[in-house]
Amino acid sequence: MKPVLEIENLRVGFADGTAAVRGVSLKVARGETHCLVGESGCGKSVTALSTMNLLARGARRSADVMRFHDYDLTSLSDRDMARLRGDKIAMIFQEPMTSLNPAYTIGSQMAEVLERHRRVSRAKGLERAADLLGRVGITAPGMRLAQYPHQLSGGLRQRVMIAMALMCEPELLIADEPTTALDVTVQAQILRLLQELQRELGLALLLITHDLGIVARMAQRVSVMYAGQVVESGSAEALFRAPTHPYTRGLLACVPIPGKTPRDQPLGSIPGVVPRIGPGFVGCAFRDRCAHAEPACGGTVPRRTVAADHDAVCTMVPA
Amino acid sequence: MIEVRDVYRHFGGRTGLFSADRVVRAVDGISFSLAKGGVLGIVGESGCGKSTLGRLILGLLPTTSGDIRVEGQSLADLDRRERARLIQPIFQDPYSSLNPRQRIRDIVGLPLAAQGAMPAAKQRAEVMDMLARVGLSAEMAERYPAQLSGGQRQRVAIARALVLRPRIVVCDEPTSALDVSVQAQILNLLADLRRELGLTYIFISHNLAVVEHVATEVAVMYLGRFVEQAASDDLFREPRHPYTRALLASVLTAEPGIAIPDVGLGDIYPDPANIPSGCRFHPRCPIAADRCRIESPIRPPKNGRIAECLFASDPVRIQS
Repeated sequence: MKPVLEIENLRVGFADGTAAVRGVSLKVARGETHCLVGESGCGKSVTALSTMNLLARGARRSADVMRFHDYDLTSLSDRDMARLRGDKIAMIFQEPMTSLNPAYTIGSQMAEVLERHRRVSRAKGLERAADLLGRVGITAPGMRLAQYPHQLSGGLRQRVMIAMALMCEPELLIADEPTTALDVTVQAQILRLLQELQRELGLALLLITHDLGIVARMAQRVSVMYAGQVVESGSAEALFRAPTHPYTRGLLACVPIPGKTPRDQPLGSIPGVVPRIGPGFVGCAFRDRCAHAEPACGGTVPRRTVAADHDAVCTMVPA
Repeated sequence: MIEVRDVYRHFGGRTGLFSADRVVRAVDGISFSLAKGGVLGIVGESGCGKSTLGRLILGLLPTTSGDIRVEGQSLADLDRRERARLIQPIFQDPYSSLNPRQRIRDIVGLPLAAQGAMPAAKQRAEVMDMLARVGLSAEMAERYPAQLSGGQRQRVAIARALVLRPRIVVCDEPTSALDVSVQAQILNLLADLRRELGLTYIFISHNLAVVEHVATEVAVMYLGRFVEQAASDDLFREPRHPYTRALLASVLTAEPGIAIPDVGLGDIYPDPANIPSGCRFHPRCPIAADRCRIESPIRPPKNGRIAECLFASDPVRIQS
């Protein structure tokens, strides 16, 4: 089956010379959750924003392939992209308070999405909004429609964001750290909701997170990003069973698991810091922090197949 | 080492011309004691009062009532300098807690300078010693916070907290703003320093997995009270409060193939200005009965454990 979203060799550079994304390739199929995982500055959010063509002025984007269904996103005009955004492709951000307009009611903001993309009446829009608020588990949706964002708790606001993203029945949902600002019990509720909706609607979900716990519970496919590159990717099952890139292995060792991680021993950690990557950087960006680094890591490191459906960019993987 | 007795902190409450009487009961009757070298992990969700409790212990905020004693001395009887020698904080955000216009050596040296009467050479030696202990090279001393990474800044904050050799450190979400690889470095550093310097920690966090790793004792805070408190092993092995169970279930460990739990707490959110009658958790509790609405679950500690639930001794009901 053809993937809903297909990206090949995406590159993004900023005006200050930073190479934020360096050749990212990924696919998301219908009904699939693909998690993009990495630490701050690794380029995961920039990858998402460039898919939506929402990069800041001065950023340059190029890709061999960037396709949503049959739309070529690299050549789509701004106007056509604006039509897709919020319609067939929807996005949820980390902080719902900054993505909702404080001056408009929930109902007005939600109905506007449908008015704009489907040219339906305000009344029809509000009707669908109320229906979706109910679907995302909000009690008394009629009352919520008349409220302003500041009157809702963080968990409710994030539910509203999800409902709003679903207004036009999108086929691709990009969620950038959707639960990072929430309490853990609310996080579990929101993730369950996303999972249910995805199953029900057959959404393709590109989920961006730094949290390996979320990845383990949500993803079918995982891409681990480091310094603008996908250093390892594969099915979630393969990646957690046999993590291969030293960075992936390091990340997994950093997170304590209650009852399993020995308490009197130090946690695994990754020494050093992420290097600054300018144009023309060659070699493995992780080599300065890697215990297995060797001279070959300073040259071009090819992507190699670890197993079927599992690859990594590391010299340790046999060719 | 530290003893906290019936501490309350309420905010607001005066009835103004335009405002209704609204008392926020941020800390609502907390008692605990912690021995030297112990780590008390305080977990709870936003708004539960954990940071307010931290500020009370630091003496940054006066209590409404109750007493906090460190090594037998009441905090209320100590002045700022004396308090600073006993208790120091490490806060969440190393970006906003360091003065951007000061060099690292001055930031770390400030607590020493504030105590006064230390020769400059000795102060400098203390600062350099502490920077080395937290894993920062000597050249870092001359830099400004903006030139440091998040992890390095948090090391500076730790050095500043420890330079006076305090007995107790209140760590309020010390790793929440950091990436996971850096979080592990900082947690390991805090554990090493505790052993080397014989420190006692009060470790406030929303992350149960982290608390389980560092704490010897754990208190679960909900709407201003410790609704459950026990030795770390006991609490994680056999949680007795339904809220503790919900929190534990919400920890998403990096183990694939496990479903996301249904924590069953509904969508009612706790409000510290409007604390429910009876058991304060009853509106969200999956096992609440009629009597939970009326009867207070507050009981004296039993075998060193607190579990403020009417069904705490009914494991069948709790596990359901």
